[in-house]
Amino acid sequence: MNASDSDEELYNERSALVPSENPEVPSYRPDPDHSPTEDSDSKTTGFSRRTRPGGGSEREAEPEEEEEEELPLKYGAKHVIMLFIPVTLCMVVVVATIKSVGFYSEKTTQQLIYTPFTEDTPDVGRRLLNSVLNTVIMISVIVVMTILLVVLYKYRCYKFIHGWLILSSLMLLFWFSFMYLGEVFKTYNVAMDYVTVAVLIWNFGAVGMVCIHWKGPLALQQAYLIFISALMALVFIKYLPPWSAWVILAAISVYDLVAVLSPKGPLRMLVETAQERNEPIFPALIYSSAMMWTVTMANPADDQPSETDEEAELSGRRAEPQRRQPGPILEDELEEERGVKLGLGDFIFYSVLVGKAAATGGDWNTTLACFVAILIGLCLTLLLLAIFKKALPALPISITFGLIFYFSTDFLVQPFMDNLVNHQFYI
Amino acid sequence: MTAAVFFGCTFIAFGPAISLFLFTIAREPLRVIFLIAGAFFWLVSLLLASLVWFISVQISNKESASQQKGLLIFGVVLSVLLQETFRFAYYKLLKKANEGLLALSQEETMPISILQLAYVSGLGFGFMSGAFSVVNILADSVGPGTVGIHGDSQHYFLSSAFMTMAIILLHMFWGVIFFDGCEKRRWFVVAAVVVSHLVVSCLTFQNPQYVSSLVPTYIIMLSMGIWAFYTAGGSLRNLKLCLTCKDKDFLLANHRPR
Repeated sequence: MNASDSDEELYNERSALVPSENPEVPSYRPDPDHSPTEDSDSKTTGFSRRTRPGGGSEREAEPEEEEEEELPLKYGAKHVIMLFIPVTLCMVVVVATIKSVGFYSEKTTQQLIYTPFTEDTPDVGRRLLNSVLNTVIMISVIVVMTILLVVLYKYRCYKFIHGWLILSSLMLLFWFSFMYLGEVFKTYNVAMDYVTVAVLIWNFGAVGMVCIHWKGPLALQQAYLIFISALMALVFIKYLPPWSAWVILAAISVYDLVAVLSPKGPLRMLVETAQERNEPIFPALIYSSAMMWTVTMANPADDQPSETDEEAELSGRRAEPQRRQPGPILEDELEEERGVKLGLGDFIFYSVLVGKAAATGGDWNTTLACFVAILIGLCLTLLLLAIFKKALPALPISITFGLIFYFSTDFLVQPFMDNLVNHQFYI
Repeated sequence: MTAAVFFGCTFIAFGPAISLFLFTIAREPLRVIFLIAGAFFWLVSLLLASLVWFISVQISNKESASQQKGLLIFGVVLSVLLQETFRFAYYKLLKKANEGLLALSQEETMPISILQLAYVSGLGFGFMSGAFSVVNILADSVGPGTVGIHGDSQHYFLSSAFMTMAIILLHMFWGVIFFDGCEKRRWFVVAAVVVSHLVVSCLTFQNPQYVSSLVPTYIIMLSMGIWAFYTAGGSLRNLKLCLTCKDKDFLLANHRPR
């Protein structure tokens, strides 16, 4: 099967939309008023609501303020862990699948239409050239999609964007899950009839759509998001040619850096537009680890100092401080406190890197090294976020570390460790 | 049969470490972060050591087995020294970070003490060291077949697992002792850690005579454990109170009079 356009669209929209998340930075300032003033929460558009179970316009309540007089670092450390866990889970799913289901690590001659140049040539130079060309095409497609998204957003074509997203998640939840299930059954030689499969996939997909786009238990929504990121990563691992995949990973970190930090970058423009309109930036598929607090609030007057929301949010590749409009707190409003959000594009690319490390060669050391490198990169990114308090991309540091450690472990450490293990020497 | 070997060896190698992680570290985000950072530092030290070894192998005579073995031994010694250097570097980094944290925070006390950092960083080093040593072996132990066809020892998996467990615990003890030595500026303590690490690694050169490598390693591990226990503030009295459930924390947690 030639992977269709929609694969790439999914990927693109995820990578394109994800950076347009409403990025937030956790406030690490030891404020005298003890209220971190970031907000990501003017998410009043319907779409943003779907990422929080039952989220309305969230405000903050006062009682929590006393508990929040925590060390800024503790605040930050908890966020780091709240991101470590889903990223680890996604990687575990991808690595487990790669190691057990042979389908995703088999060599295939089919390629995505976005990487038309083949890598089957014996000549190293030609192969390198082909991978670079593939990368150029892929990145241009991403840039075009991002710009398209920015244009759509600028001209307020919200329905179009929503429709696009729903279509892509339909595709992932039904079609790709069906393929995945089929491959797992083939691996374990399980006999299965179509009726059962239809029922299973229907239930899985329907619940997924409800959870992701509407309301559902937070844990279930998180699980679905992790699973679809893993599925997407698996698709990439299978269909991207080997060298092109590495070059694409490197190129997309550079693109991320540029798109977020340069003044004319599309992502930055998106953020600024959203800020001008005082709207949440496009809340596409993002992973939310927010803790929900149901609050019935009392005196609005008392709430003034604490009304800013503390949600810290990392967009796909960046975070940004955003002020929230002060206003009276209504009663019975659900509130999201101290949530951390990370775009699914990040999950996907981290998992692609670790999955490729697991797929090429039967070596676990490389996989472990990439895993630790990515986690440390994420940690450093969050630290930089705390220091600079402005929009920062989340991909570059992790991917750079991951790539460095992949290649060095594969070429340098592996022979050394192999020799040591042969003789049973311990270091 | 291979599944039994796999699970058995995995739990032998990682059991103590994982239980330590679950009971003492998993609930504290800050400790988890420093654990992973410790693992990262160990990884970097291994990278450098492998780089040097790799270069030396490339410029050497690849045919001569004795030369290769000599280079490997050199690589091991270099790796041990680099690991300890990176442990020291991590200590320095943590001291700086702690000062920064203190300046940044509103509280007077630091969120994590240097002793906890020593423990956590030692365990991080241990996890990574153990994982790199044994994960491939464990993955192979699942597969069809087992070792020993050419007359090699059949206890390969088991001895690797035991050695790994010892190494992980040793790294943890070394971490505690090392940091304490650096704090109190007692350099002979630091030197003792480095020397014992070298001794343990060099003992493994005797493999596959497992008795002569494993037994001294375990003796060293026990003595390091006792040393680390006293360094961390333990004493026989504390131990007795703890074991008879009369220590203060336990009493406070259970609201019982002493």
